[in-house]
Amino acid sequence: MELDSLYQEVILDHYKHPQHKGLLSEYSAQVHHVNTSCGDEITLNLTIADGVISAISWDGQGCSISQASVSILGDLLTGKTFSQAEEVVNAFSELMASKGTAAGDPEILEDAVAFAGVSKFPGRVKCALLGWMAFKDAAIQSQGESK
Amino acid sequence: MAGATTMTIERPFDITAIRADFPIFDRKIRDGKRLVYLDSGATSQKPNVVIDAESNFYRLHNAAAHRGAHQLAEEATEGIESARRIVADFLGGKEDEIVFTKSSTEALNLLAYSIGSAPAGNKFHLNPGDEIVVSEMEHHANLIPWQQLAGRTGAQLSWFEVTPDGRLDLSNINSVITENTKVVALTHQSNVLGTINPLKAIVARAHEVGAVVVLDACQSAPHMPIDVKELDVDFLVFSGHKALGPTGVGVLWSSVLDDLPPFLYGGSMIETVTMTTATWAPAPRKFEAGVPNMAQAVGLGAALDYLANIGMSNVHDHEVSLTQYLIEKLQQVPELKIVGPTSIDARGGTVSFTVGDIHPHDLGQYVDSQGVAVRTGHHCAWPLTKIMNVPATTRASFYLYNDENDIDALVEALLGAQKYFGKF
Repeated sequence: MELDSLYQEVILDHYKHPQHKGLLSEYSAQVHHVNTSCGDEITLNLTIADGVISAISWDGQGCSISQASVSILGDLLTGKTFSQAEEVVNAFSELMASKGTAAGDPEILEDAVAFAGVSKFPGRVKCALLGWMAFKDAAIQSQGESK
Repeated sequence: MAGATTMTIERPFDITAIRADFPIFDRKIRDGKRLVYLDSGATSQKPNVVIDAESNFYRLHNAAAHRGAHQLAEEATEGIESARRIVADFLGGKEDEIVFTKSSTEALNLLAYSIGSAPAGNKFHLNPGDEIVVSEMEHHANLIPWQQLAGRTGAQLSWFEVTPDGRLDLSNINSVITENTKVVALTHQSNVLGTINPLKAIVARAHEVGAVVVLDACQSAPHMPIDVKELDVDFLVFSGHKALGPTGVGVLWSSVLDDLPPFLYGGSMIETVTMTTATWAPAPRKFEAGVPNMAQAVGLGAALDYLANIGMSNVHDHEVSLTQYLIEKLQQVPELKIVGPTSIDARGGTVSFTVGDIHPHDLGQYVDSQGVAVRTGHHCAWPLTKIMNVPATTRASFYLYNDENDIDALVEALLGAQKYFGKF
């Protein structure tokens, strides 16, 4: 079924067992993003130490796609520098814009390639991007402060 | 004969014949599945007579109405004005009480802006300390214009609360609608809960204190008989596209338009103009600046004619019986919770629910894979979903073209979703 390309096992697994959920009290930037069309919400705390993303913590409510996506984002970007993270974020954004034509580079995106199927469902791309847009926003804020 | 109420002979309510009038049901969805359209609360499907009326306007009669000295301009004018007669008959009002807007959202904003610009001395003028009353179950379109009007004028916004079973709490009606209340803006039927609000007591109280009542009939006028005289409200709005008509046309009805200042200024809404001053044409023209949405109004006229031929009581009865059938069926689905009244009393064909911890967006995606179109989310009534203590719901909403097969397909898809998301 076409639906199986959307609901990959890794996605549902992250949805049922979200990683990095629960906001850390120490953070460099905090953002709150909502998906205005469906009401999904994410608060994301970004913690930076010595130019490296030392922690990403989040809390929120929403569908399996939005919640799993931010969970996987936490796994992927923790421990990276901003420029390394930017490469991942750009690769993920490109994958989401691919309308089902790209598979994603597993070297860069790792588990996030599971979202390739989401790009075939235009209504769900925003769900997958919710946490990533929040991260981008938090990254800009924390870099702005450090400059 | 201009202005006369046309005699309508209702045709028998034959669901097969009705479905055959809607070409969209000929197409297949998601790999060859039958289209089960349960999202008419968002927008309705269109019968051939509407599609033909709109395209024939462009094909045969297109010109700018109310201007021009040629035959096409006459035909275009007759097109929109006969649509106005049809709308007036549909609501039990008069032709000059019907304003065509681009949407019901625009109609509500028109009211909020016009009331907000009424000068001191005008009966609609708002002073700081005046009150505007809404309810917790308003669609954003009947909340935000009033909320913002209150902010601009210093008026106070107050509201009726919603009970846990999804009814309006009228126990404190006399302290919600007070001597300071100037406007009561209320939905006739909730687009989330399906609740049909009891208007009699509210209208009586509003008029007792000299307030006007604005009725958002978007979810009611397409689905039940409406008589503005019987409702005794001052303003009523509904949207064309939810009533089998085209998008791009809404209706504002009112019998008190004369004192209301205009909202949009421009061509054809004026009486006289100098370089520094202007006076206004009488209503409804005062509120229809610019070349109007003629083709859409004509399409809406065809839609309301179509509905009148079937009979609004028949439409309503059909939807009530479907709603009863759906509620019975839903109550057999494990972990399913209906958000809104479970009693069929004073309730329309809109049913919202949650299913265990399956997020509505995921649930909607699964049922879509089975060819069933439902709405998920907060349904443009975010405060209400928060009050009902759910982040979002799934909503099924009916129209005359739905049948019990559609409901069976929905219930089967819901059970399928539980199985699908339960397997992980």
